[in-house]
Amino acid sequence: MSFDSFNILKSRTVVLRQENIDTDQIISARFLTTTLKEGLGQSVFYDWRYDEGGRPKNSSAFNGYNPDTHKILVAGANFGCGSSREHAPWALKSFGFEAVISSDIADIFKSNSLKNGLLAIEVDPKTHASLLNTPGAEITIDLERQIVAVSDWEKAHFDIEPFARQCLMNGVDQLGALMSHLPEIEAFEVKRP
Amino acid sequence: MSDAKSLFDKLWERHVVVEETADAPAVLYIDLHLIHEVTSPQAFSVLNERGLKVRRPDRTIATLDHSTPTLPANANGELAYATPEAKRQVETLIANCKQHDVELFGLGDPRRGIVHVIGPELGLTQPGKTIVCGDSHTSTHGAFGALAFGIGTTEVGHVLATQCVLQRKPKSMRVIFDGALAPGVSAKDMALAMIAEIGADGGRGYAMEFAGEAVSALSMEGRMTLCNMSIEAGARVGMVAPDETTFEWMKGRDFAPQGDEWDDALADWRSLPTEEGAAFDKEIRIDAGAIRPMITYGVSPDAAAPVSANAPRPQTDAQQHAADYMKFEIGRPFSDAPVDRVFIGSCTNSRLSDLREAATIMRGRKVKNGVITLVVPGSEAVKRAAEAEKLHEVFLAAGAEWREPGCSMCIAMNGDAGAPGELVVSTSNRNFIGRQGKGVRTVLASPATAAASAIEGRITDPRPYLGSMKESA
Repeated sequence: MSFDSFNILKSRTVVLRQENIDTDQIISARFLTTTLKEGLGQSVFYDWRYDEGGRPKNSSAFNGYNPDTHKILVAGANFGCGSSREHAPWALKSFGFEAVISSDIADIFKSNSLKNGLLAIEVDPKTHASLLNTPGAEITIDLERQIVAVSDWEKAHFDIEPFARQCLMNGVDQLGALMSHLPEIEAFEVKRP
Repeated sequence: MSDAKSLFDKLWERHVVVEETADAPAVLYIDLHLIHEVTSPQAFSVLNERGLKVRRPDRTIATLDHSTPTLPANANGELAYATPEAKRQVETLIANCKQHDVELFGLGDPRRGIVHVIGPELGLTQPGKTIVCGDSHTSTHGAFGALAFGIGTTEVGHVLATQCVLQRKPKSMRVIFDGALAPGVSAKDMALAMIAEIGADGGRGYAMEFAGEAVSALSMEGRMTLCNMSIEAGARVGMVAPDETTFEWMKGRDFAPQGDEWDDALADWRSLPTEEGAAFDKEIRIDAGAIRPMITYGVSPDAAAPVSANAPRPQTDAQQHAADYMKFEIGRPFSDAPVDRVFIGSCTNSRLSDLREAATIMRGRKVKNGVITLVVPGSEAVKRAAEAEKLHEVFLAAGAEWREPGCSMCIAMNGDAGAPGELVVSTSNRNFIGRQGKGVRTVLASPATAAASAIEGRITDPRPYLGSMKESA
């Protein structure tokens, strides 16, 4: 499996200011009985987007959302905490997001996202505040240079695990790299049965 | 710098197949891979698409827990699945295990149960092992001095195909609980107090080791509860050094080493604990003696306070948002709030000792009229043991329901859920909005607090029921 290679993304943002947005919010457990990765986009943030009767909520940050122009989700601190469900990044990706930015992102969610072509990155508090305060702003993420440009004059560096970055830029998954270590794995098993 | 090593350092070193570099993470060997129906189907699909096999079926164990009904089968042997998809998910795991020769503790198997309950109870979970599962509460197994953490489905595929994961070594944190717990205070209260102290992201990026007098004094079940909740502080790994309590618990378990192998294992396990002077990237100390029975009052596990406290005034937008959802009256005792439902179960608190704790309080008493109370044992073995002690009769006589083993209302994907607006006191691990059903307001608590709250029909400090109430509490 592979996905589109990620290099430079220029797009508008959707902002969810709340802190501690857990993976149950991103995709409720009632949508987890699927045995597929596909088709989860329609269920992403379902209870945030729809009321009891299944009608779109007027207050939703997703109003006016256009997957062609809004590919970056900006969220409050500790985004993606809680459950390890990979359905969360699958759903965000299938909904149309290609990147998630926060001041800090939960470990398992970040790891899962980067393995699925969803760039999950953490920026400094000042840049984060600036992004939170300008929903819908068009920003640029340059993965190769590891820079988020909020505007021409406001740019910030971000860190990313180098191997995940390389895989994203090449659009390849990590299993191939892991499989290439099978000889070492076999040797390890012989040494330590 | 001292050469002293921590438990975590030792376990990490033992399992590195390929060292990490600036460019690539380490290849880390996995001794035990636990799988269940929710996070495995897409991983098996990847294997099948690529024509790969499960590399080590002998290191892979499957169970069914998340989507399975907790009501018994009907007269025709049919189970009441929440949806046809839930049934299909269960059937998919059965088929995948058959195709790949993976041992499945399936429906009707006396070894079936919640994945984090059966691993330890069967002796599959052992000191010194690396253990992963597509489930964030895999940290539970760290109670035995194992290096155990939750992974995503892509990584489940990695482990199925290679028996390894790609990981960078996390930072280390030691949480020391000084002193002894007061009577009536349990491991769940320790966990909630710790999370309240450091925050829901206080452990992010760290492997946690729990130590100190109060941790050493915990039973294995208590240690499992504590390690289980480490992910609610953001830490993927929670661990406790193995000791005599651990070895006592392990001995004679189905998959535990026997005979000479037991003696060899024991010698090895004794070498695992953190050495004096080992360095941690972060260390915090908590006064265990000051911990009181705890509950959560918000929508993140770090919004925790003593049961006897008053609902605090929100200070931030996030707290206001949580307060609006939870609807506790600001400045009033939590005990004012009427409880609609009580759930005793989950990988956090569904073991025999948890059920005993709840039964001690419910024995000879009645659940408050109108409070729906579900008691869901963590495994078939827990169910059998509880029934042998007639605990189920205590629960049934009190007016609670006694169910079949499974995750049940912790994740509420099997049909067991609260109704919108209900206040649920739950022994599970997450109070997220909608986690236990749309609009459900979840209050996390220990089994004792949950049982006392079921009896009173409001959030209740369990200590008077246990004869251990302190005047100043």
